[in-house]
Amino acid sequence: MDEASHTVKDELRDGFGDTVPVLVAIIPFGALFGALAAESGMSVAATVAMSAGIYAGASQYLMLDLIGQSAPAWSIILAVFVLNFRHVLYSAALGRHMDAFRPTGRYFAFFFLADPLYALSEKRRRVRWLRPAYYMTSALALYCIWIAATFLGALFGGLIENPATYGLDFILPLFFVSLTMAFRKSSNFLPTVLTSGVASLAAWATLGGTWPIMIGGAVGLVVAAVLAKPENRQDKGEAS
Amino acid sequence: MTSDPWFLIIACTIATYVTRFAGHTILSRFGSVHFRVEAALEAVPVAVMTALVAPSLVSRGPAEAAALVVAALVALKLQMTATVAAGLLAVVAFRAILY
Repeated sequence: MDEASHTVKDELRDGFGDTVPVLVAIIPFGALFGALAAESGMSVAATVAMSAGIYAGASQYLMLDLIGQSAPAWSIILAVFVLNFRHVLYSAALGRHMDAFRPTGRYFAFFFLADPLYALSEKRRRVRWLRPAYYMTSALALYCIWIAATFLGALFGGLIENPATYGLDFILPLFFVSLTMAFRKSSNFLPTVLTSGVASLAAWATLGGTWPIMIGGAVGLVVAAVLAKPENRQDKGEAS
Repeated sequence: MTSDPWFLIIACTIATYVTRFAGHTILSRFGSVHFRVEAALEAVPVAVMTALVAPSLVSRGPAEAAALVVAALVALKLQMTATVAAGLLAVVAFRAILY
């Protein structure tokens, strides 16, 4: 489809269509967060505010855990900042493909730039282009579902007796495997996966904490940079 | 709870939002980037998501590790919903067999 015949309606339809499978995957994760927060004594309002404000699943779980351990406030804020530091790379990488956004629009859009939205948007701009209609459709669908799932989990989470029975406690790693595999046709996919995976595991075994993400991610990026060839600079590495 | 949850929620909201726009703010000051930086930026989704998921290969157990491998293989042929569903089936089945 060429640029002229691709309407806003098409962007909305594609944005929603691409996001539906992700919505299915994040509902149990959001509901489980709501249930755990309620169980730990957090009010429903505070639980929903965490999902609406921080809007980063892993950080929200980490916060609950640290609050439960009565960790000092500064250490909780620092831990969340470090765990979320990967987002710096997301807007650095994606921001260069957001020419269709107004400058202020970009900063509004970045509020929603969580892992799944980043993966969907990167894939979209590699196969076509990234436009605000597509991005915001996906962003708002993910955001609303995440908040709704948290709210319902906080209210009714006690009803899910043991999430492990259904494998729901493991949905997130599966989801990230699926997101990663969507980029398997990118240049140097295999060396990047292997080196960042091994580095992440080594950091997990030795340092723990949030280091696996920082070190694994950094090593993968360095490997990709070293392997790059000047003539490949236009190679967009089609996502499938 | 030692600290007010609302203070923490607001502070962590700000901290997270800063990480979400700072990369663009910094990079947009440079007109063009070196091809190696370009390649690193292209590799961000693969490198970061792999680093996020790798510890769950060993931190959970053999059933979970096997399910991740199943999901990766299914992802070669099928879309996300099918991949996650196959992985969930696999983890439930492997847990029943192994534990």
